[in-house]
Amino acid sequence: MDVFSDPLNREVYLTGFLWILKLTLAGGVGALLLGVLLAAMRVSPVPVLRAFGTAWVNIFRNTPLTLIIFFCYFGLFSTLGVAFSDDIDLNNFWLGVTGLAVYTAAFVCEAIRSGINTVPAGQAEAARAIGMTFRQTLTMIILPQAGRAVIAPLGSIIIALCKNATIVGTIGLMESSNAMKQLINENGDAVVPIFLVFAGTFAIVLIPTGYAFGWLANRLAVKR
Amino acid sequence: MSTDAVLYDHPGPRAKARNRILTVAFGVLLLALLYWIYRKFDEKGQWAAALWKPFTQSSTWTDYILPGLLHTLEAAAVAAALSLVFGVIFAVGRLSDHWWVRVPAGAVVEFFRAVPLLLMMFFIFFGVPYLTEKPMSIFWAVVIGLTLYNGSVLAEAFRAGVKSVPAGQSEAAYAIGMRKGQVMGHILIPQAARAMLPVIVSQLVVLVKDTALGYIISYNELLQLGVNNVAANFGNVVQAAIVAAIIYIAVNSLLTSFAGWLSRRTRRSGKAPRATGRGVIMGATDPGMGGGGGAV
Repeated sequence: MDVFSDPLNREVYLTGFLWILKLTLAGGVGALLLGVLLAAMRVSPVPVLRAFGTAWVNIFRNTPLTLIIFFCYFGLFSTLGVAFSDDIDLNNFWLGVTGLAVYTAAFVCEAIRSGINTVPAGQAEAARAIGMTFRQTLTMIILPQAGRAVIAPLGSIIIALCKNATIVGTIGLMESSNAMKQLINENGDAVVPIFLVFAGTFAIVLIPTGYAFGWLANRLAVKR
Repeated sequence: MSTDAVLYDHPGPRAKARNRILTVAFGVLLLALLYWIYRKFDEKGQWAAALWKPFTQSSTWTDYILPGLLHTLEAAAVAAALSLVFGVIFAVGRLSDHWWVRVPAGAVVEFFRAVPLLLMMFFIFFGVPYLTEKPMSIFWAVVIGLTLYNGSVLAEAFRAGVKSVPAGQSEAAYAIGMRKGQVMGHILIPQAARAMLPVIVSQLVVLVKDTALGYIISYNELLQLGVNNVAANFGNVVQAAIVAAIIYIAVNSLLTSFAGWLSRRTRRSGKAPRATGRGVIMGATDPGMGGGGGAV
């Protein structure tokens, strides 16, 4: 543990995990909003919207995140000239958030869509019978019930997003895995403690989060 | 609930008109976006024939893309075989009656599921050589990382599968005098494996996607050879990335539809127990998130 008594090394560790935290929060919010929108598109009456949602899911779910992040940098930033900030780190951060959100939204969309499938058809039929429109049926009847059913899968998706945030390191952000790499290269005699601290941080945060989502899902489950 | 046409009434004249307007508005927006991308590409000269031409030459494919794809599939296949073994061992371990087997097996599975795959690969590739004082083979760094992560995910899936076998099956087996090992090996695992087959195949999609992490530690897979090296020779990084993405999507779509076919086949017989557990709502055949993610 001598490695982490050096304030410089602690700084590297903390900065790394701060990036992960920020990436998870920003990417999570983006992915949830985008995912709900995509799910609404996929069940909408308009064929073009449905096709768009389906295409999005099939394209992004089947492409490695590494390639998507890579593309955010070389395609979105270098070629299309989308820049978020003059600060290199901040710019890479937002490019990473874009990649994470675009990728994760495909999974959120599918989770919500299967959540919608758990709502009995009678609910939607009753809503239509009292004259509700598609939007009213979706936002007031279906999504609130589907939302409770998708807590567990959404939890898994958020946890996966947090782990996936390490991949943003590909475009040069000093997030946790790059931080660990740097510390390992500087302290060859303390590889195991360094790994245990970095991996342990993820384990200590993510394992209880997983159980918490499981507990919440059970509590909020619709009893049918 | 089937989503088609349950959520909305059969469109009347007004709804039809509104849907048409929405279709046109969204179509125009989409076309505008595509045009913007086209223009930006044009400004940067990305449509230049010289940048796309390499993909019509067979040498680009035989020297870079196909070997890259081969290495990707190779790492995925070896890791798939090893994670199956890992998954079965640790699933059985977690179901053991002895706490001194159950607890360590559970700890290992939970730990490797929680640690990002990239962190794992960095440790294996950059850290382990300090311990063994030998250079680490890149291939094995990728494969071991993939195995530990996907094996743990599979272990959880198998455990759920074994638990989903009706209790009467093991009770009947005990009643005719089978021992614990026989019940597990002859009765529970064969039935669980059948129910879990689609999950196993869709985990292959995760494996194929996750081999792309090998690029970060410069394993010669599809991203490294097909994007990095092609771009280094022809200066066409965007084009190469698009081609690589299409290959990934094709391979993974094939695997996904294979998993879907398997799942329909096992379901039709009506004998195999259904998959239950945390991943059930995602649909057993959905490809997971991977990248140290995994949505199971």
